Amino acid sequence: MKKIIILLISVAVFASCGQQKSESSGDDSKKVTLTAAGATFPMPFYNLAFKKYTEESGLLLTYGGIGSGGGIRSLKDKVVDFGATDAYLSDAELAEIPLKVVHIPTCIGAVVIAYNLPGVAELKLSDKLLEGIFMGEITKWNDEKITKENPTVKLPDINITVVYRSDGSGTTHIFSDYMTKISKIWAEKVGIGKSLNWPVGIGAKGNPGVAGTISQSVGSIGYIGSEYAFAQNISYALVQNMSGNYVKPTNESISASAKGEIPSDTRVMITNSSEPDAYPISGFTWIIFYREQAYDGRTMAQATETIKFLEWLIGPDAQAIAESVHYAPLPAKAVELSKETLKSITFEGKPVLK
Amino acid sequence: MKSEKITKYVLFAVSLIILLIFAGMVFSLAGGAMPVFKEYGLKFIISADWNPTTGRESYGALPFIIGTLITSLLALLICFPLSFSTSLFIAEFYHKTRVASVLGTIVDLLAGIPSIVYGLWGFYTLRPVIIALGLSDQGFGIFTSSIILAIMIIPYATSLSNEIITMVPTELKEAAYSLGATRFEVIFNVIIPNARSGIVASYILALGRALGETMAVTMLIGNANIIPDGLFSTGNTMASLIANQFGEADGLKLSALIAIGLLLFLITAIVNALGKYIIRKFS
Repeated sequence: MKKIIILLISVAVFASCGQQKSESSGDDSKKVTLTAAGATFPMPFYNLAFKKYTEESGLLLTYGGIGSGGGIRSLKDKVVDFGATDAYLSDAELAEIPLKVVHIPTCIGAVVIAYNLPGVAELKLSDKLLEGIFMGEITKWNDEKITKENPTVKLPDINITVVYRSDGSGTTHIFSDYMTKISKIWAEKVGIGKSLNWPVGIGAKGNPGVAGTISQSVGSIGYIGSEYAFAQNISYALVQNMSGNYVKPTNESISASAKGEIPSDTRVMITNSSEPDAYPISGFTWIIFYREQAYDGRTMAQATETIKFLEWLIGPDAQAIAESVHYAPLPAKAVELSKETLKSITFEGKPVLK
Repeated sequence: MKSEKITKYVLFAVSLIILLIFAGMVFSLAGGAMPVFKEYGLKFIISADWNPTTGRESYGALPFIIGTLITSLLALLICFPLSFSTSLFIAEFYHKTRVASVLGTIVDLLAGIPSIVYGLWGFYTLRPVIIALGLSDQGFGIFTSSIILAIMIIPYATSLSNEIITMVPTELKEAAYSLGATRFEVIFNVIIPNARSGIVASYILALGRALGETMAVTMLIGNANIIPDGLFSTGNTMASLIANQFGEADGLKLSALIAIGLLLFLITAIVNALGKYIIRKFS
């Protein structure tokens, strides 16, 4: 019996300690921590940027790379201060959430068509070839249709293996959005989505999984976030854009794809750009959060820190970090629109930014 | 007396917690799976169409049920001759010799290797072998996964069989020998009949492990959401599909994944029940 009493007392002591702690952190606005979760596509950028911001401001930030869908769900469940996604929320999805959600883009990423053909340094892919390969109609690398576009390259007589993402992914969303724009057959039979019903090929998990499978399988082709191909030295194809030019994914060509119209809520897909120098398979990646920041017992300090951080993330310091890991920085127009969005954020009805 | 009572209550409470956890799992799985069964009914189990694309959604679990059963049963088939011979070697022929104890330890060590390591080994070592043999283009598929699964479940089947075989009473064996039986006859007429139910149980345990394996399979099966049309065809299993698609799922798709989880739960339960039945029947 004695033991039980001692146990009870110690539990009570522990509990009261915990209470005191949480009270004191509530008073001290400096001790705010921010939690975010979502897309893995921009993760190489976010990892560096979040770390840098923590070093500079002392604000503790955590980011969970759980996928775009997870990011949206976490925001819906109000377990994060902001979410991250590569696919913007559709009107229907926005209507489902009772509070108003806003988007700001943070950088532009490219999806590259990576392949493994030893000795083939350059591969040009047109709309028709992408359609043929990913629909499973072209099955051999030395198919006449491919050799005709690539007369200078000696293509081997081996089967084409398509590699795709087996998990749901924003990368797949960008790729399928592009394919839907350039191919009627694709639009009709496959469509746009974060995971698809693939006509041919094998699935691998995550960008690293697809990159690894391609680099280990001669004759394979697939799509991956550009940083993963650059970092692992995997060959990637030149893709023909709307103007008929074969374009390599570079910071310039990716930036060029965002030169078109951007709506005020920045919800736009920029694949298949009409700019002559643009790499056609690129896309914004977004941070999503609530316009009214006073929800679920959040404090004014939390709201201010969130908005201050997001303002920094679209600013020049953070954008330079994005460039260092091969994401294209935001165009001026997108930054301007995002600043407007940040100004409209309120806490209990009053604007957070002064 | 008092301490005895306390022990009794504590034990009761603890086992009640496990029961509650089990019931809670079944309850939440069934709850989460409800929307998809409402939408498709039992067609969910027999439909082979899995299309998660927004606007053309359609969910059927058949490819994954078949993929799971084929890979697991094939693994069991490959595993059986290897692990059964090993158990006889360790527990009977070379019982209590150094070579048997070393072998036994190594087999047990196999159980401790994380499944991601098996996956890596399969990806970098086994797959090129399959390609070199010309069995399939890229070496992904049902067969490759089954081989890896077979290796993974060998220690479970072997260790338990070892124990069971060593537990066969020495008097029985000696009696058989004294009647002039050969070693071969002793094994097949004394040891196996005596240890049969235990051996079956060890393979049921191994099968259960194969059914639920995720990571190694994901890395090798090719993750194509189709009904495999041959041994070297790509496919997908229930556990692998859930692990792959869970992160981005919501709405009906999330419900479909939870329903597949529930089905996997049921299949494992059925396998276990079948095992119990077999054990009771033979012992």
